[in-house]
Amino acid sequence: MTTATDLSAAELTDLYERMAIIRRTEKAAFDMFMSGLVKGTTHLASGHEAVAVGTAAALRPDDYVFATYRGHHHAMAMGATAEECLAELMSKATGICKAKGGSMHLTKAANGMLGSYAIVGAHLPMAAGAAWSAKLRGTDQIAVAFFGDGATNIGAFHEALNLAAVWKLPVLFVCENNFYMEYTPIGAVTAAEHPAADRAPGYQLPARVIDGNDVVVVRDTVLEAAERARAGEGPTVIEAETYRHHGHSRTDPAKYRPAEEVERWLKHDPLDLARARLEALGVDPADIQKVDERAAAHVAAAVDAAKNAPDADAAEAFTDVWADGGATWRT
Amino acid sequence: MADVTTYREAVAEGIAREMRRDPSVVCLGEDIGAAGGVFKTTVGLFEEFGKERIWDTPISEQAIVGAAMGAAMTGMRPVAEIMFSDFLACCWDYLANEIPKVRYMTGGQVTVPLVVRTANGGGLGFGAQHSQAVENWALTVPGLKIAAPSTPADVVGLMASAIRSDDPVVFFEHKGLFALKGEPAPPDHVIPLGEAAVVREGTDVTLVALAATVRLALAAANQLAKDGVSVEVIDLRCLVPLDMATVLASVARTSRLVVVEENPYQGGWGGTVVSIVAEEGFESLDAPIKRVAAECVPLPFADALEDAVIPTVDKVVDAVRKTAAY
Repeated sequence: MTTATDLSAAELTDLYERMAIIRRTEKAAFDMFMSGLVKGTTHLASGHEAVAVGTAAALRPDDYVFATYRGHHHAMAMGATAEECLAELMSKATGICKAKGGSMHLTKAANGMLGSYAIVGAHLPMAAGAAWSAKLRGTDQIAVAFFGDGATNIGAFHEALNLAAVWKLPVLFVCENNFYMEYTPIGAVTAAEHPAADRAPGYQLPARVIDGNDVVVVRDTVLEAAERARAGEGPTVIEAETYRHHGHSRTDPAKYRPAEEVERWLKHDPLDLARARLEALGVDPADIQKVDERAAAHVAAAVDAAKNAPDADAAEAFTDVWADGGATWRT
Repeated sequence: MADVTTYREAVAEGIAREMRRDPSVVCLGEDIGAAGGVFKTTVGLFEEFGKERIWDTPISEQAIVGAAMGAAMTGMRPVAEIMFSDFLACCWDYLANEIPKVRYMTGGQVTVPLVVRTANGGGLGFGAQHSQAVENWALTVPGLKIAAPSTPADVVGLMASAIRSDDPVVFFEHKGLFALKGEPAPPDHVIPLGEAAVVREGTDVTLVALAATVRLALAAANQLAKDGVSVEVIDLRCLVPLDMATVLASVARTSRLVVVEENPYQGGWGGTVVSIVAEEGFESLDAPIKRVAAECVPLPFADALEDAVIPTVDKVVDAVRKTAAY
């Protein structure tokens, strides 16, 4: 594949704006965590935006996405708003999961974003199952599982790849390789240079290692794999190399990462790369500046709205266990 | 229709009835297709419904149940088989963390209408890793419905409700009952989840049982009747929803309660049943409650040793006698 793309300046501007909104939403989440407005934990995705936005740009509206506990960007790339995500983090009644999920479980099922899962690797078989369902129903839909490099060493990853391969399912396994399994370099605990891509040949699956910070590369790669899946040719493993701007979770300052490595990746920022591409397409930097300002205003308004929303009602703890909406387990 | 059928045949019959009426029902599991299942509980399904609806899987319990979950979230009604209930431990993440929680933690955005069927229980000399009664494992997790039928007709009736349920159901088929003969289920037989059955009426002691222990309870009741002890036997049929109204009403009449459960005493489902009776039916009781459960050791292989560990008719008779005489 070449990096030449058929994306227009307007389309790429739209992807840039989505990434800019995610980046600012993550910054807002971080700030509100530090000021005590967000409890629990957060796993911020600043730096990973291009993988989510580029993938979402390649999907059909009826496709399925399964994500991880580092999943704010996946939910937002699939159409979750900054306001409903921040409200969820702030335990508000207007939260995207009614404040019952929290940061690690952002979900936008109406848009095919079927959940963020916090047990590493568990959702890869689910994505295979959604793809199996699409195949059974004959819909040409595909399913995508986003996962981290750390998930490639858990059994569910291998069970999912094998099942998807033997059943030739329309599923894409998109690894966000940020080179650290929580606090440990992935290379120190993995018998493969490319933790996802190098395992794919064992299941006779095609794999690609790509620059996960270049939204155009991600979008074009996923588009090609999606077409292959829709044509009945089965799964593809995509290993998108990227980097966290923050630590693993909010308590982690990430001091285990060499300063020069951090510096190198910060200079390879997904937003900067997209901005350079826009300028190369002839977009006026002043217009890009306007997009940044619009994104900032959008997120500022979302923060205000979330802060002013009502807190979740305790009665909500007893709804949504069962499909009838209730929680009754005995007579 | 034959005059009698087996519990084993009823499993396939129950699934087949639902597959005929609902094209979204599909099955997946190890050896369930042309092989008909290692317990022959899916015989005939592959022939009738074909490979598009009956899917053989690798030995990958996480992939089986995880894929069932993904399919259930996207418009299908999968029926997943986990060959032995002991193997639920291999995919316990899905039963404990994923399937029962996803609806709740997304604020009701998704629904998971799936059934996980599994062969449960001992008495056949399969040893410690193929004989456990693990229905109590599922009972520890809010968000799972649990069915465990004791007769062929109940298998069909509960299977219909389990597959039609929009909630996830763990369906425990008892290995010791597969050869049991009984009346076939009538057409369109549906038993709602969470309705216990009073399978024998009595006045002296209430005996609460589930799946294979219903057979033990009925045999014990027959024996005790000869001695003039009148035993009421309740087949819970489901652990969630748990029909405590039927149990409490019976205890109000008999004033005595014995529970017979095949899972271990430590953490067994009887503990939940008797705690509710102690809290809400204490005034009805004229004797301490007794639990006949598996001993708290791994299940041994030899018959003599296994009988020493799991409930038997003699153990039930002894417990009821003591309770009646108190």
